[in-house]
Amino acid sequence: MRKDSSILNPGRKAPNFSLNSTPDQKVSLKDFRGQPVILAFYPADWSPVCTDQLSLYAMVMPEFKKFNAELLAISVDNIWSHLAFAKDRKLNFPVLSDFEPKGNISRKFGAYKEKIGESARALFVLDDKGIVRWSHLSPDGVNPGAEGILSALEQLNKPQA
Amino acid sequence: MGVYRTMATTTTIRHSRRTSKTLLEPTGKEVESYEPPKLLVPVDPSRDHIQGDSKAILTLVEYGDYQCPFCGAAYPEVKKVQKELGSKLRFVFRNFPLTNVHEFAMDAAETAEAGAAQGKFWEMHDFLYEHQRTLGDHSVALAYAKKLGLDTQKFEREISQHVYQKRIKDDFMGGVRSGVNGTPTFYVNGVRHDGPAEADAIVKSLTAKP
Repeated sequence: MRKDSSILNPGRKAPNFSLNSTPDQKVSLKDFRGQPVILAFYPADWSPVCTDQLSLYAMVMPEFKKFNAELLAISVDNIWSHLAFAKDRKLNFPVLSDFEPKGNISRKFGAYKEKIGESARALFVLDDKGIVRWSHLSPDGVNPGAEGILSALEQLNKPQA
Repeated sequence: MGVYRTMATTTTIRHSRRTSKTLLEPTGKEVESYEPPKLLVPVDPSRDHIQGDSKAILTLVEYGDYQCPFCGAAYPEVKKVQKELGSKLRFVFRNFPLTNVHEFAMDAAETAEAGAAQGKFWEMHDFLYEHQRTLGDHSVALAYAKKLGLDTQKFEREISQHVYQKRIKDDFMGGVRSGVNGTPTFYVNGVRHDGPAEADAIVKSLTAKP
C-alpha cells in the first residue's frame, strides 16, 4: 500500500502553470480563475483497458459542466502522443504535456513518482480562486472513477466547515 | 482479446468515495482506511431488470456495456454464479454504455430495453452478449426479435426514436455516483466488488459473512 501522501492538500493555493495542449498552444491554470477546475494527473497515455479513467471523464463531462468546471488532464507524455490518445479516446478536454522539464508541474503538486518517472494518479478540485478544495491520490493501477470529483464539486457550493 | 481488466489485478486497495466530512482531510488517510463504495441506487423491482427471485437474500448488480469485451468475458461467469447459488440469488443488470469508445453500445442497450418493453429483456441481454461481434449489424438483433415473436415494428420504432435512452443514461449516472469506474462493475449485496470478475471470486464475495 502506498504511503506516499505528499500531494497538495486542501486549503493550499494551486501553483500556476502553463503547459502545451497542442504543439503551438499553451493552457495556463490562471486562465480558468473564476470557475472550478479539476486537475487529473495520470501516469501515461494508452493504458491497456478499454474503459480507462479519462474515457470515463469524457463521458461524465456534461455533469462536470453543470458546475461550470473545467477539466485538465496532465501527464509527462509528449504532445504528439497526447494528440493521438485524445483523438482515439474522444477526449473532450485539454490533455496537457508535462514534458519539459519533465514532471516539473506534477512535482509542484506532489504528484510525481521519481523512481518511475511518471505522474501519480492524483486528482485535485480547485475552487474559483484556484484554492485546492479536494485532493485524492490513487494507489497504482486503481481507477478512482468520477464520484469523488462530483462530490467535491457539490461541496464547493456549500459553506465551508 | 484481453479477457481480464485492471480491476482483477488490483483487488483490495481501492479508494472509498469520500463524503463531505472527509473532503478537507489529508488525502493520505484515505489510502489507509479503505472502504469499497456502496451502491447508492437501491434495487427497485418496479424498474430494474431482475433475474431470479426478487426477494432473494443475495443480490448481484452488474453495470455493463454490451460492446465491452470484459463484460463479454464476465457474462458466462455470471451464469456460473447463478447456477451455483440458485434461488438464493437475484441478479440485476444496469446499463453503463461507454459510448465514446464503443460506438454500438448505446444501440445495443436500447435494443435490450426495447426487448424488455415486450417482456424479453433477459433473452435479448443474453443474445447480445453471445453475439458481441455482430453488434454493428442491427439486422441480427432484429431477426432475433422476430424469432422471439416480438412486435418488430414497435421494437424498431422504439429503438430509432431512442425511447429508452433517458433510462439508460439514468442507469449510467446512478452508476457513476455509486463509484462505477469501468465495465463491468459488480456490486455484491450493495457493496462494490473489487475482486476479479470471475465466478469463484463473486460467489465468495456474495456468501461472505458480514
